[in-house]
Amino acid sequence: MEPFITHTGRAVSLRRSNVDTDQIIPAEYLKRVNRTGFGDGLFASWRADPDFVLNQPAAEGATILIAGSDFGIGSSREHAVWALQDYGFKAVISPRFGDIFRNNATKGGLLPVRLPEETVAALHDLAGGDSPVTVTVDLAAREVRAQRPEEDSPALVAAFDIDDYTRWRLMEGLDDISLTLRHADDIAAYEARRPDWLPAAV
Amino acid sequence: MGRTLAQKIWDSRVVRSAAGEPDLLYIDLHLVHEVTSPQAFDGLRVAGRPVRRPDLTVATEDHNVPTAGVTGPGLPLQGPGSPVTDPVSRVQVDALRKNCAEFGIQLFPMGDAGQGIVHVIGPQQGLTQPGLVIVCGDSHTSTHGAFGALAFGIGTSEVEHVLATQTLPQARPANMAVNVTGSLPYGVTAKDLILAIIAQIGTGGGTGHVIEYRGQAVRGLSMEGRMTLCNMSIEAGARAGLVAPDDTTFSYLEGRPRAPRGAGWERALGHWQSLPTDPGAEFDREVTLDGSALAPFVTWGTNPAQAAPISSAVPDPGSLADPAARASAERALTYMGLQPGTELRDIEVDKVFVGSCTNGRLEDLRAAAGVLQGRRVAEGVQMLVVPGSMSVKAAAEAEGLDQLFTAAGAQWRSAGCSMCLGMNPDKMSAGERSASTSNRNFEGRQGKGARTHLVSPQVAAATAVAGRLTAPADL
Repeated sequence: MEPFITHTGRAVSLRRSNVDTDQIIPAEYLKRVNRTGFGDGLFASWRADPDFVLNQPAAEGATILIAGSDFGIGSSREHAVWALQDYGFKAVISPRFGDIFRNNATKGGLLPVRLPEETVAALHDLAGGDSPVTVTVDLAAREVRAQRPEEDSPALVAAFDIDDYTRWRLMEGLDDISLTLRHADDIAAYEARRPDWLPAAV
Repeated sequence: MGRTLAQKIWDSRVVRSAAGEPDLLYIDLHLVHEVTSPQAFDGLRVAGRPVRRPDLTVATEDHNVPTAGVTGPGLPLQGPGSPVTDPVSRVQVDALRKNCAEFGIQLFPMGDAGQGIVHVIGPQQGLTQPGLVIVCGDSHTSTHGAFGALAFGIGTSEVEHVLATQTLPQARPANMAVNVTGSLPYGVTAKDLILAIIAQIGTGGGTGHVIEYRGQAVRGLSMEGRMTLCNMSIEAGARAGLVAPDDTTFSYLEGRPRAPRGAGWERALGHWQSLPTDPGAEFDREVTLDGSALAPFVTWGTNPAQAAPISSAVPDPGSLADPAARASAERALTYMGLQPGTELRDIEVDKVFVGSCTNGRLEDLRAAAGVLQGRRVAEGVQMLVVPGSMSVKAAAEAEGLDQLFTAAGAQWRSAGCSMCLGMNPDKMSAGERSASTSNRNFEGRQGKGARTHLVSPQVAAATAVAGRLTAPADL
């Protein structure tokens, strides 16, 4: 995957909590067998509504999604991550993510940024306001900065937490499988110790 | 200090542990289905990697396949004799068949006696056992926790990782206890219990945690009930939920095709009996519910936490203090076409669905049949009864349940995920309303614009008879 160090882009405010992965990409789109093209299905039923936030001119070219709490709950479909990425999103900011979604996002290089409820509310106000803001998600500095046009200092600066290992992997753009296969000897040694009564499928 | 059940399983499966890194966890069983695996197999091919342990991997066709017209094994995917009419579904099922053949994985195809929903076939074969780590590219993998296994859903990148290495790097989850005191009253099921738990702790209440369900009411549940309970852990935000193994677990397992036998059984049993949480173990979070105070629950909104006892009314969003919860309830009522204050029992339905990995086992079908016996599905209501596996189907037919359902006016189908998720022909139309024994009432889950009320099999059957949300006691 592509390394993620820092990203600056237009942010869009999706003021909804409990956005489940069925909303992010409906099951109908899950019949495909490749990883590309899922942007078409992103928020498919909501996008049918002309008033939906992604259909507004201000959302054009947005790369950072500011969401409500419990974003990405529900189904394990990684297609939700692929759809957000295919549409152009590089990072999602929310007070809390569904565990499986958050995991999937970090596997594909979509950065899930968890910030306190009040900070996310402030970002919604900034991104949803009349003069659009530019948001920087700086993984190297573990910081989110929101900047209004023609202002010198950022309107909001907030530090976020992410574990060192995930941050390192994202910044290096590393593939998990090759990292694990460096420990193939440990896996073989573990397998040699497994009790023989454990079930096998065949 | 003592350890919890989940901690004991975790510790026993650590292949490698290093400071500042997630633990590398060994996977005892990997279940595979057609929807979340094709891109993972492609990844293996691109990297030239084999499947490390095909013997610990099982595949089935469930999400995408039709449940009508599946008359037996060996039906073609192509041509006029095929029950699969959607060309896109056909490609995906075909990809699974080719991938399993290429990588040497056992597959239960549509119509095969071993086929069924991925979370129904593992327990049925005795593959799901206490103390195992089980994964699948499906969030309802938590179902297997009913046996005292640590079982959780993963995404496609992780599916590829498990195929290639039989391990997963995972951060240790926190531990949460949900204690259910007392006994469930007559007519209150495991489904009502889990809906009540989710209503109490919320869709994010278990995020970052493994939930252990404890207490008298949980101990009193059958294995089927425990599977229903653990199945919906993800709806409370927890990737895994589990119940300590006990005699109920052991007697369910004994004699199943993949359960240990003879001396192996004795050694397994000794290990399984050492698994329950130690008396001094501490949980990061504890929640207690009085099981004896529960009633049949139904959902009124568009997430599983938006649920209430069937005897209550649609809540007024204005009465909710939290602005996000209020906005969510307002959106939900608009989508659901409901007014605050409407009695839940006055809500009329178009469709009733009995099935899914939540409630598609033999006990669930018997419960629904028990309510339907001597009654008829109301005029204008379509009822679908979909066994969770072909084995459940055969067992139900041996008891004559299929006859009972069809005599009552319900449709009797073949095994699959069916109307749970709107990606096979069993779908609802916009504006249609269902009572469904499945696990998600999300917008569009059962079809674009479809409105879902989650219920137990008993409430589903009673609702089918009355044509509106109804508990068996109301009939």
